[in-house]
Amino acid sequence: MFIPAVILAGLTAVTILTGARISIAAQDADGPTVEVIGHQFWWEARYPDAGVVTANEIHIPAGQATRLRLMSNDVIHSLWVPRLHGKLDLTPGRVGDLVLRPGEPGVYRGFCAEFCGAQHALMGLLIVAQPPDEFDAWLAEQARSAPAPVDPERARGLALFTRHDCHHCHLIRGGGTPDESQAMGPDLTHLSSRSTLGAVTVDNTSDNLARWIADPHRIKPGVLMPPTQLAPDELQALVRYLEGLP
Amino acid sequence: MSRAVAETVLKGLERLWDRPPGFVGWLSAVNHKAVGTRYIVTAGIFFLLAGVQALVMRTQLAQPGLELLTPEQYNQLFTMHGATMMFLFAVPMMEGIGIYLIPLMTGARDMVFPRLNAFGYWVYLIAGTTLYIGFFFGHAPDAGWFNYPPFSGPAFSPGVGIDFWVTTITFIEVAALVAAVEILVTILKVRAAGMSMGRAPLFVWSQLIMAIMIIFAMPPLILASVMLGLDRMLGAHFFNVAAGGDPVLWQHLFWIFGHPEVYIILIPALGIVSAVITIFSRRPIIGYTPIVASMVAIGFLSFGLWVHHMFTVGLPIMGLNFFAAASMMIAIPSGVQIFCWMATVWKGRPIMAAPMLYVLGFVFIFVAGGLTGVMVASVPFDWQVHDSHFIVAHMHYVLVGGVVFPLLAGFHLWYPKITGYMLSERLSKVAFWLVFVGFNVTFFPLHELGFRGMPRRIYTYLPDLGWGNLNLLATASAFVLGIGFAVFAFNLFWSAARRRHAGADPWGGDTLEWATASPPAVYNFATLPVVRGRYPLWEPAGIGADGIEGLELYDPEEPHRYTLGTTIMDAEPQQRRPLPGPSIWPLALAVALAVAVIGSMMDLTLVPIGAALAFIAMVGWLMPPKPEDSP
Repeated sequence: MFIPAVILAGLTAVTILTGARISIAAQDADGPTVEVIGHQFWWEARYPDAGVVTANEIHIPAGQATRLRLMSNDVIHSLWVPRLHGKLDLTPGRVGDLVLRPGEPGVYRGFCAEFCGAQHALMGLLIVAQPPDEFDAWLAEQARSAPAPVDPERARGLALFTRHDCHHCHLIRGGGTPDESQAMGPDLTHLSSRSTLGAVTVDNTSDNLARWIADPHRIKPGVLMPPTQLAPDELQALVRYLEGLP
Repeated sequence: MSRAVAETVLKGLERLWDRPPGFVGWLSAVNHKAVGTRYIVTAGIFFLLAGVQALVMRTQLAQPGLELLTPEQYNQLFTMHGATMMFLFAVPMMEGIGIYLIPLMTGARDMVFPRLNAFGYWVYLIAGTTLYIGFFFGHAPDAGWFNYPPFSGPAFSPGVGIDFWVTTITFIEVAALVAAVEILVTILKVRAAGMSMGRAPLFVWSQLIMAIMIIFAMPPLILASVMLGLDRMLGAHFFNVAAGGDPVLWQHLFWIFGHPEVYIILIPALGIVSAVITIFSRRPIIGYTPIVASMVAIGFLSFGLWVHHMFTVGLPIMGLNFFAAASMMIAIPSGVQIFCWMATVWKGRPIMAAPMLYVLGFVFIFVAGGLTGVMVASVPFDWQVHDSHFIVAHMHYVLVGGVVFPLLAGFHLWYPKITGYMLSERLSKVAFWLVFVGFNVTFFPLHELGFRGMPRRIYTYLPDLGWGNLNLLATASAFVLGIGFAVFAFNLFWSAARRRHAGADPWGGDTLEWATASPPAVYNFATLPVVRGRYPLWEPAGIGADGIEGLELYDPEEPHRYTLGTTIMDAEPQQRRPLPGPSIWPLALAVALAVAVIGSMMDLTLVPIGAALAFIAMVGWLMPPKPEDSP
């Protein structure tokens, strides 16, 4: 049994060294810090230094090390972006520390990797790695509040947004929404800058947005957002308003 | 051997040890062969149910976006599949096989606490049936077999499904502990004269180690599930962060149980492999002492691995490295046993009958699972593959390879002993190839799916991820695997109908059970054997009493049920151990405890009521018999 013992000891040494290298590499983060808060069944992303809040699509600069601080406000989730790094759990009561350093710009698909309920399966995320100057531009744009709607159909959409209590869960900074939301749902201030809906479940198109608002359970059964009864022209106005959020 | 004993003695023993007729007699049975058979049949039924659940899940996953199941239904299915396989099939099956075979292998008439034995079975039956009643009424637990809070806690799972998990799992752990105590004491105290521990069959050693492990591993789980029950039913906050609790505590307690659990089911399987290899290589095993030492080492080491299920929680890496090293190290004693077995086959004259085929299947599949186990023992590697289908592949390779294949080998070995009939060798071989090929083509692709990013416990996936083809292959092959098991099940019934008599020793076995009739008489041995070596039936000195008087342990003037009590290490005869006969009180106590434990889900006043009923049942159980009855 000497040979197997030597092999296993060697593998253990490799394990320890590799783990150490990953940990040491995580100590210097020259990029931004992003707070990622797991929810059933979406990802909240906050850039505290820039005052930016978004959801499910997390932009970070390529070639720099971004520190993600992982938290959960409900059950245990786990953030896994296979092409970038191993996974780390988001456990209530703990703050996880995950440093991502994408070598190349690109869009990296991520998954929730700890069973968290009915829609664990469709709780996806995207890490969008951009060249640093493009990232800075994106961050600055995200920090701006949404402009108030000028177009009458879009104004009607905003009115419907408040009349149907959407603002109780979804914050839209600026854009005329009256109340602070409790962030039960994703921040929608820059909804149309995102490429997917429902945590990377469907593409962000007018049709999908309309279907989602009318009844999210047809796309993602078990999601915590309720359906909304709207006449077709009302739905169109609401979609037009939301599409105008840059 | 039996012919040398007077007819009157044989008839007297039969009458003395048999149970009363009728349904009440059936309910009162305490004989280890009855209890063992019931465990085996019940566990087999649960295995089939869990297998069907797996096929339904695999069908749902065959292609992206299928809507055969809702997410809620899928989540209940994977929870029930895991809970059934781990709690209702694997441990009870291993215990049941031990309960049936240990007295036969150690030359005893029954186990040391026959009524406790029966009690354990009834608790298991009630717990498993209750869980499935919940399932069929749509109240299955749906938080995974591992049931992590906060999701399984009162805030996020307010329904009754998780309460079913908490109560039935706690209850069934009582059954597991009861059977473990039974097995442990029986092996230590009632062996044949001369069967020192160094002469005990390796299967018996494996059951002994399993029993000790159960006694240490179950309490953390019982503790955790009681704490979760208190959180859910009485407003405690063990796992509620807002009130100072910690969900990670659950993970530690669960996996301190959960990791030894998988070795609890593996080690008796390794004992079966030793038994099969000995007989089907037609030679004594090479490396008896290293094999025993390896099983003991695995038993110890397995208690030091649990954090490898928690590598992604974010615990300090120095601690994780300890568990990584230990997880790699446990491959060494596993390897020692494989080398001993290979040496035995190599130097023996192997027979390629069905039991040996399944053992060879075990070697191939379990070793593959062990290799991926060494891979996932590495912390950074596990950070990628944890909670992905790579782990699903790994665990099925070690569990199906390491547990199910040896069980199938054991079934083919001992079916003739238990039923008296030979299985169809042709059907056995057909089933083997369907199961072996079906298993590998189902689960091997899952390694690759894990590498492609497919997480576990997902009811569906999106088409653009490119996972559809491998999933379709795995699903198609899963049905082949299912057909293989169906052929195996058919073989069990077909062979019973065909009635090809097996005789006492169809395989030329080495251990004492092959000296009994097939099926064994209710009293096992007319004259309790005397053992003079490690392979009693292969030794020229045989197992006869050779002038030692009274090993029938039967006095027609005063018939009492006895077996021989012996010293622990050297099996020197110490005493006649009286054993109780059939009794209804084990069932009564099991029902009374069920009222308390399972009733707690419905109404907390049932707890003291159940306790009172349990007290009455215990009085009935412990009441000394009237002088004219047998003890």
